[in-house]
Amino acid sequence: MSEKRLLLGDEALALGALHAGLSGVYAYPGTPSTEITEFIQNNPLAKERGVHSRWCTNEKTAMETALGMSYAGKRALVCMKHVGMNVCADPFMNAASTGVNGGLVVLSADDPSMHSSQNEQDSRFYGKFAMIPMFEPSNQQEAYDMVADAFELSEALQLPVLMRFVTRLAHSRAAVKVNEAREENPFNPDKDLSRWVLIPLNARRQYAKLVSLQARVEQSAEDSPYNWTENLDGKHPLGIIATGIGYNYVKESAPAGIPILKISQYPLPVSKVKALAASCEKILVVEDGQPFVEELVKGILGADYPVIGKLTGRTGDKANTIGRMPLTGELIDGVLPRMGELTPDSVAAALGLKSGPVFSPAKNVMPRPPQLCQGCGHRDVFAALGFIANEFPDSRIFGDIGCYALGFLPPFRTIESCVDMGSAITLAKGAADAGMFPIFCVIGDSTFTHSGMTGLLDAVNENSPITVIISDNFTTAMTGGQDSAGLNKYEAICLALGVEREHLHLVVPVPKNMEEIKAIIRKEMMYKGVSVIIPQRECMQTLGRRLRRQKQEKES
Amino acid sequence: MHADAGPQAPPPETGEGIMKLDIKLCGVGGQGILSIATIIAEAATEAGLHLKQAEVHGMSQRGGDVQSDLRLSTEPIWSDLIAKGGADMILSMEPMEALRYLPYLAEDGVIVTSSKPFVNIPNYPDEAAVLAEIDAMPHSVRLDIEGIARDNGLPKSANVVLLGMAAPFIKLIEPQQLRAAVARIFAPKGEAVVAANLKAFDLGLNHSQNK
Ligand code: SF4
Repeated sequence: MSEKRLLLGDEALALGALHAGLSGVYAYPGTPSTEITEFIQNNPLAKERGVHSRWCTNEKTAMETALGMSYAGKRALVCMKHVGMNVCADPFMNAASTGVNGGLVVLSADDPSMHSSQNEQDSRFYGKFAMIPMFEPSNQQEAYDMVADAFELSEALQLPVLMRFVTRLAHSRAAVKVNEAREENPFNPDKDLSRWVLIPLNARRQYAKLVSLQARVEQSAEDSPYNWTENLDGKHPLGIIATGIGYNYVKESAPAGIPILKISQYPLPVSKVKALAASCEKILVVEDGQPFVEELVKGILGADYPVIGKLTGRTGDKANTIGRMPLTGELIDGVLPRMGELTPDSVAAALGLKSGPVFSPAKNVMPRPPQLCQGCGHRDVFAALGFIANEFPDSRIFGDIGCYALGFLPPFRTIESCVDMGSAITLAKGAADAGMFPIFCVIGDSTFTHSGMTGLLDAVNENSPITVIISDNFTTAMTGGQDSAGLNKYEAICLALGVEREHLHLVVPVPKNMEEIKAIIRKEMMYKGVSVIIPQRECMQTLGRRLRRQKQEKES
Repeated sequence: MHADAGPQAPPPETGEGIMKLDIKLCGVGGQGILSIATIIAEAATEAGLHLKQAEVHGMSQRGGDVQSDLRLSTEPIWSDLIAKGGADMILSMEPMEALRYLPYLAEDGVIVTSSKPFVNIPNYPDEAAVLAEIDAMPHSVRLDIEGIARDNGLPKSANVVLLGMAAPFIKLIEPQQLRAAVARIFAPKGEAVVAANLKAFDLGLNHSQNK
C-alpha cells in the first residue's frame, strides 16, 4: 500500500525516518531543520510507539544521546542546522571511530544565502572529514526514500551516516509517495564493548577499521541508485555534474541531450566522474553550497581538464554580472556565484541560456527587515539598556543568537556582537580581561543553557566584572517557540554556578518597571564581579498561542 | 468606495492548453500568505495537478517581508523556485511587497494585490506613487481587501478576499474548486468560520469578475 502526501522536505525526512523504524530523534531547534523534530513530536505513529522526540539542550548532547540509543541497538536520528555541526563535532567525529550498533543518521540542514544563519558552511566537508557515507537528496521524495536506505547502510557498515539538506529542500512542499512503517529495532545492546572505549589502544584499532572500510563506503556510492548519468553516449562539448537540488535547476533549463551526472550519495563516485569526463570536453559543476565537488573533480581529472563552476569560469568577463559581490559589485570568479544559494536564474546563466527579468526592479520599494514583535519583552530590556548606554558611552553590550539579535538594528542599536551560541558571555569576559569596563552581555534563556552556562562558570571563577542579562521568555523563540531546556531553573543554575545571591536579580520587563530595572542595572554595572539580571516575561507568540488554545478548550 | 482597482487586468481565460502556473505569493509576516498557499495547494492536489511550494520561514519575529513560490503544473515540476521573468502572477497582501518582486513577473503576468499599505518602516515610499507604479503595469488588479473584509464583518478573512480576487487568473483551477478548498481547509474551525471565508472568497471573486 502506498499513498501520496503533501510534505515539506523536513516532514518527508521525518516521516521517512519514522517509517524506517526510528526509535528516537535528538535535536536542538535551528532553521531550516526545526520542522523535522516537530513533525515527529506531533505524529500519531510516533506517539503510539513512544518514539523519543523531546528537544535536547544542544547539538552535542543530542549527538551523544543518539549514539547511546544506537549503542543499545535502536535506530536514532540527530537533526540540526549546519552550524550545529560545529557544536557536536567532537562526538560526531568520534562516532565514526566507535562505529554504531543500531542505525544512526545525522541530518544537517545547510543555509546557503544565510536566510537565517551566520554563515554558509557546507556540511559535506564534515562527512568527508569523518570518512562516512553521505546523502544529499534532490527532492522531497528522495528525502523520504533515502533515510530508510541511510539507516540500512549505517547498520550494514556499522557507521553513522550524514544527510545533508539545504533550505530550499527543507522548506519546500511537494507530493510524496509514502510506504508502510517498518518495526523498530529490538533492544540489543552492543556486545563488542572495547570499540566504545577510545583509549589509544582501541582508538588505533577502530581508526584502522574505519580506514579499511573506505573501499566499501566508496563502492556504496558507486552503486547508489541515487547517483546516475544521463545522455552519456557520443561526444559532447559540455557535461554537467549536478548534486542535490542543483539537479533540479539543471533539469529545469538544460537543453535536452546534455550529459548529466546526478550526485546524491557520497563519496563522489570516481568512475562515474571519469566516464562523464571521457565523453565531454568540459564539465560544469552545479552544487548548492561551497565548491566541494568542484574541487574534488579537479583533483580526479587533473589540471588539464577544464572544470567550471564556482571557482573557475569567466573571470574578468565584464558581461557576467551573476558572479558579483552583492554589495561591492566586485567580480567573484566562476560561471556560478561563489556565494549565495543556487537559483534557476544563476544555473540557466551558467549554461549560457538567455533568461532573466522582463521588468526592471520597481522604483518604490524599500527594505522591510524583520522586527521584534510588538509587546516583546526584549524591547523593554533594550529600552532600559539603551538609556544606560547613553549615560555611559564607554559601556559595551555583547549580544548572542536569538530574536534579540535584532537589537543591533534601529530603533535599538544596542547590541554589538552576535557570533555563535553562548558567545555573549565569553566575548564579554575576554574583553573584560583586556580591561574593558563596564560590560553587559545579553543572552536568551535557551541560548544560555545551550552554550552560555560554561562561559558563566569561567567568569564566576575569575570574578570577571561583567553584567549578564539572561532575557528569559520561557521558550526558544526565534525558531517558533520550542521548549527551553532550563525553564524555571535559571535562578538555581546561576546560584549553583557561583553567582552571588546579592548580585542576582529577577525582574519583569514591562514599561511600568522601567525605573526599577534601570536602577538595578546602574548599580550592578559598577560591581567589579559577575552580576546576573534575569528579565522574565513570556514570548508574545507563545503567549498568543496559549491563550487561543485555552479559549478553544473552554468553548469545546 | 473600495473600487480602486487598476483597469487593465487581462480577461480571465479558460484552462485549455495551459500547462503551468507560477505564483509569487508575498506580504508582510503575519498577514496570512501561507494560508493562501495552503488553500491553493489543497485545490491543486484535489485537481490532480503537480505542485511545489517553497516558503521562507524561521524568523518568528513579525513585520518583515515574506514570500513563497507556488508552482502548479500538469507536468512534473523540477525547480522549487520560480525564475526571474517566470511568474504568471504576483499575489500580494501588500502593495509595496507586490512591487518588490517585479523582476520575477512574466511578460504577460498579472499582479493581484491589496491596495492598502502596511506601514511599519520609517521610509515607506509615497502611497500614491506605489499604487501608480502598480497601475502602470500591463496587467494588475488591486483592492482594499482589509477594508472590504472589515466592512463585511470578516476582519480575519482579508487574505481569502485576495484569493477570491485571484481565482479567475488561476487558470489551472476553476474558481469553484478553490471555493471548495476554502470550505475544506476551514472545516475543522466550524461552520461559522467556513461561511465567513466563503463570503470573503465570493467578495473577491465578484470584484474580479464584474469589472
Ligand atoms: S517571537 Fe517572541 S521573543 Fe521573538 S520577537 Fe516575537 S515576542 Fe519577542
